[in-house]
Amino acid sequence: MIRLKDVTVSYVDHIALKSVSLHIKKGDHLAVIGPNGAGKTSLLTAINGLGDVRQGRVMVKGEVINKRNIRKIQRISGYVPQNMNIDPRAPVSVFDVVMMGRIGKIGLFRSPGKKDADIVKSALELCGIEELALRPVGRLSGGERQKVFIARAMAQEPEILLLDEPTTSLDLRAQKEIVSLIDSIYARQKLTVVFVTHILKNIPLTCNTCCLIKDGHIVFFGNRKDALKTERLTELYGCEIALASGLSYV
Amino acid sequence: MFDMLQYKFIQHALLASLFGGISCGIVGVWVVMMRIPFVGVAMSHSAFAGAVFGILTGTNPLFMALLFCLASSVLIGPVAKRSQLDPNISIGIIFSLVLGIAFLCLGLIKGPRTEALQLIWGNILLLDRTDILFLIGSCGLVILFLILFFKEIRAVLFQRELARASGIPEKAFFYSLLILTGLSVTFNLNTVGGLLIFSLIINPPSAAYQLTYSLKKMFILSSFFSVTSCLAGLVISYYLNVPTGAVIIITSSLIFLLCLIFSPKRKKVT
Ligand SMILES: Nc1ncnc2c1ncn2[C@@H]1O[C@H](COP(=O)(O)OP(=O)(O)OP(=O)(O)O)[C@@H](O)[C@H]1O
Ligand SMILES: [Mg+2]
Repeated sequence: MIRLKDVTVSYVDHIALKSVSLHIKKGDHLAVIGPNGAGKTSLLTAINGLGDVRQGRVMVKGEVINKRNIRKIQRISGYVPQNMNIDPRAPVSVFDVVMMGRIGKIGLFRSPGKKDADIVKSALELCGIEELALRPVGRLSGGERQKVFIARAMAQEPEILLLDEPTTSLDLRAQKEIVSLIDSIYARQKLTVVFVTHILKNIPLTCNTCCLIKDGHIVFFGNRKDALKTERLTELYGCEIALASGLSYV
Repeated sequence: MFDMLQYKFIQHALLASLFGGISCGIVGVWVVMMRIPFVGVAMSHSAFAGAVFGILTGTNPLFMALLFCLASSVLIGPVAKRSQLDPNISIGIIFSLVLGIAFLCLGLIKGPRTEALQLIWGNILLLDRTDILFLIGSCGLVILFLILFFKEIRAVLFQRELARASGIPEKAFFYSLLILTGLSVTFNLNTVGGLLIFSLIINPPSAAYQLTYSLKKMFILSSFFSVTSCLAGLVISYYLNVPTGAVIIITSSLIFLLCLIFSPKRKKVT
């Protein structure tokens, strides 16, 4: 589904991802784990065309991403960014935001129809936020807002779901809710999910593959059991990590 | 009241208030929502610089104003990106540059500078047919663009990166919005003038924002407030014999104040 070959992503003066190769199969649920600044966000932006890929190729569904097909690929990938600076005063309702996910699919010169409204409604239901639909989006709690953006991505009817630390800055209950929401989405729909996090206990249960990344390199790629080993994680984070009761993460 | 309608220049001024008001009201919402309010000042001064340059070189001032305005609207993005500065800062840099050009050209003009100085204050009572036609044309373009692409515009105004991530040609829309803003500002230069147009772009959408959480209503209210300010300014200045532009701006500020006081958003929940 997604294949990266020697991909280098850089910002103006900084290389964030160094010659990374990766293959994510259709229907995989991949967790990308690594410390702050490892290049997790950069990896996601390479996949959805927002990042600046300096070298290498990114292939999605067998097509190399280029200027011409990028929009088509963006339309099938739902993206939940990490830090969205939205205007807290924006005169835009939750329903409007979720509908924005559909705009690319609807296309220019057409207005959203009943079908689109239905899809938006079921995305709101899926995320358990139907009753927030008419609230202005700036007036929500962090957890509620995160669900809105997941609903927005789901309204896109994506084949790929890219989630960038959807649980950070949430309280424990909200973290659990988001993680089990992702689990239920994955279980219900045959999506390819890439879930970025640095909080180990927030790796969703349905996630089968892990990618550990550090300093712009992939240090491990493989199944979940092998990835979440104390030695490996200690090395990844550069500090002692004890997996509480070991098994709860595996 | 109706005696003033018999004059041609008043008829022109009324049309200018209507169409200029609507376009300022709409582009004002874009500018306020994108949080780049100073784009209004920067563009009006680009247009001013262009016009003065036109007068100095003997070329068409309106054409030059448009050219300068469009040039600065397409420069804002790239300057901000390359210099890694906030767009508001790059707007400030462009503003100071065009202001320098304007004063340089102003200094170089020989003889009386009335035509050039006129552009700073504007005069809604001195508009001719072409001015009005351009105002109507630019207003039509702005409305058409808004109606055709409302859903895309809303997404881009809300969050540019997110809009791009879901496959909307965000850059094309962002620059179209800026260019249409430049167009409206240029053609309104003659009505309220380069200095005052800023408030006609900022006050009406800010007033509208006090009253609603819906972007659609915000566009409508903002245009309405803008037109009302222009009309009120026109009528009051006609009877009191004071400068029209100034009254327009003061009216728009008063409308904002009223909306602020009576805003339903500020009611406390009990
Ligand atoms: N806009 C930027 N300009 C310059 N350098 C950047 C920018 N964004 C990220 N970087 C650099 O790129 C590297 C990778 O950043 P990235 O955002 O991918 O990390 P991350 O793994 O997502 O970290 P976090 O857990 O903090 O979100 C970091 O070293 C960072 O300093
Ligand atoms: Mg990140």
